[in-house]
Amino acid sequence: MKYFIKKIITLIMTLFLVSVAAFLAFQIIPGDVVTTILGTEATPEREEQLREELGLDKPPVVRYFNWAEDVLRGDLGRSYRYSKNMNEMMPVAELIGDKLPVTLWLAAVAVFLIILISVPLGVLWAMSASRSGRAAHFMDAFLGVITQTTMAIPSFFLGILVTYLFGILFKLFVPGRYISYQEDFAGFLGYLLFPALSIALPKIAMTARFLRNSMLTELKSDYVRTAYSKGCTRKRVMYGHVLRNALMPVVTFLGMIIAEIVAGSIVIEQVFGLPGIGRLLISSINTRDFPVVEILILYITFVVILVYFLVDILYRVIDPRISEK
Amino acid sequence: MKKPSGGKWNKYLVAGLFMTGLAVVLGIVGFFWTPYSTTAMSASEKFAAPSLRHIFGTDNFGRDIFSRVMLGLSTTIVIGSLVVLFSASIGILLGALTGYFGGIIDEIVMRITDAVNGFPSILLALVLISILGNGKQNVILALGIVFVPSYVRIVRSEFIRLRDADYIKRARLMGVSRMRILFVHILPNIFSVFWVSVMIGFNNAILAESGMSYLGIGVQPPDASLGKMLSDAQGYLQTAPWYALAPGLTIVWVVLGFSLFSEGIRRTQS
Repeated sequence: MKYFIKKIITLIMTLFLVSVAAFLAFQIIPGDVVTTILGTEATPEREEQLREELGLDKPPVVRYFNWAEDVLRGDLGRSYRYSKNMNEMMPVAELIGDKLPVTLWLAAVAVFLIILISVPLGVLWAMSASRSGRAAHFMDAFLGVITQTTMAIPSFFLGILVTYLFGILFKLFVPGRYISYQEDFAGFLGYLLFPALSIALPKIAMTARFLRNSMLTELKSDYVRTAYSKGCTRKRVMYGHVLRNALMPVVTFLGMIIAEIVAGSIVIEQVFGLPGIGRLLISSINTRDFPVVEILILYITFVVILVYFLVDILYRVIDPRISEK
Repeated sequence: MKKPSGGKWNKYLVAGLFMTGLAVVLGIVGFFWTPYSTTAMSASEKFAAPSLRHIFGTDNFGRDIFSRVMLGLSTTIVIGSLVVLFSASIGILLGALTGYFGGIIDEIVMRITDAVNGFPSILLALVLISILGNGKQNVILALGIVFVPSYVRIVRSEFIRLRDADYIKRARLMGVSRMRILFVHILPNIFSVFWVSVMIGFNNAILAESGMSYLGIGVQPPDASLGKMLSDAQGYLQTAPWYALAPGLTIVWVVLGFSLFSEGIRRTQS
């Protein structure tokens, strides 16, 4: 229990530091926000007025605390670039709101695919690697080559390959024809399957490889010999004993690559034209829309840290030995 | 049991050396000379499929894709090398100092390193680019900063391993200066481990650079880039799939070659 409290405090501290860094980083950038919004030909009075509206006339420390207070209250600030109507700037919360589900679902489908495919694949691989014989040996080498190659393909190229293969050759989906989740949720998930596959494939290769090595290490343990000697079948040893123990490091590994899955979705959204927060982040960076960038960074950090935290807890639930230490 | 590899060569090393060698040669040549001009357009040769004349075909302006890939390859290799040079040298310096001396600085540097390592590298690079601005130099700087922690970590652990070795203790007793111990006595002994992470780092740098260029926030035209080519080619996937395949497969070729190469080196050492 004490451990968790300590963890939660670290979590909050990290978020605080990241928020300071994210906020300050965009204060030191050359270039005046007011000029960016109004253009160079605005009157000095109008500039002064806007500066006051945005709170830019106050020192950075004060501005940080005002900003942090607003964010905690749920007011995420206003975009410099998007406007709601003629004289109102778009609130960041509204801007992010309907884009968030796209990215979250994309990541969720990707994680689902990774678990669904990599675990059986890893087991199959470990089975053939631990067995003697020509066919098993060939399978081991074959999977080795396939996974090595998959890991070398950058996700955006993989996305293009998937588009070409499933979209243009097999015509399973129409590239670029995104189906909104508000209209047709099943169609949305169907379209999401392909970008998710592009994110998942290299991770599947990594996870399967990791599980294989983890299982092969476990196979050398004493308890495996004991299980065999008390008459367990190979199947029972593999699924009942080895797999359970071998999966533990895999859980940690999955937790570690969650951050990469989130990052991967940023790139993949661009490939498949998905209107998620990744595309928003890219366009905000390009247009120097810093309030949006700040919030997105904070948000992504939050997700990443939270996932690490959850994996840590999950790990302790699966293997109580850790918390005893 | 791992069976000892006979001699210094193994099949990973040979395959990796061949693939990397070919890519590097093409890149270096591409820097000075390409079979066709990389900018000359030709309306009559738009979207020509790969043939003997244009082995990778031509693009939407009738430009020779192979020539453009060569040029992009040279940009990619130059950026990858500079990123590695930058981050590895800072990584060595920080890792050596924190590993050997420890203390409060070590603690601080390690906390930062942990935080950065847990964060997806391309995202961090994007943030840095949004602060620094676009362009080739800034891409190198941003990626250089992003990859420093991975080197700090490995160098630091090696320095911790070696700082209490007998020969270092002896050197200290003999009154060898600290700097000399750090960089003359310890540093050469960590290179075998360090090389592998340099290679992995090179691959990561290439992947990150092409990813950023693909997103349009990395290398900007007129500089050629494989990532940018891919994003241009994506719109013509139906009519000219070779346009996307050429730069894409080139990236895969380089990355795969380098990972085979580093695996080969790792195996000759064990």
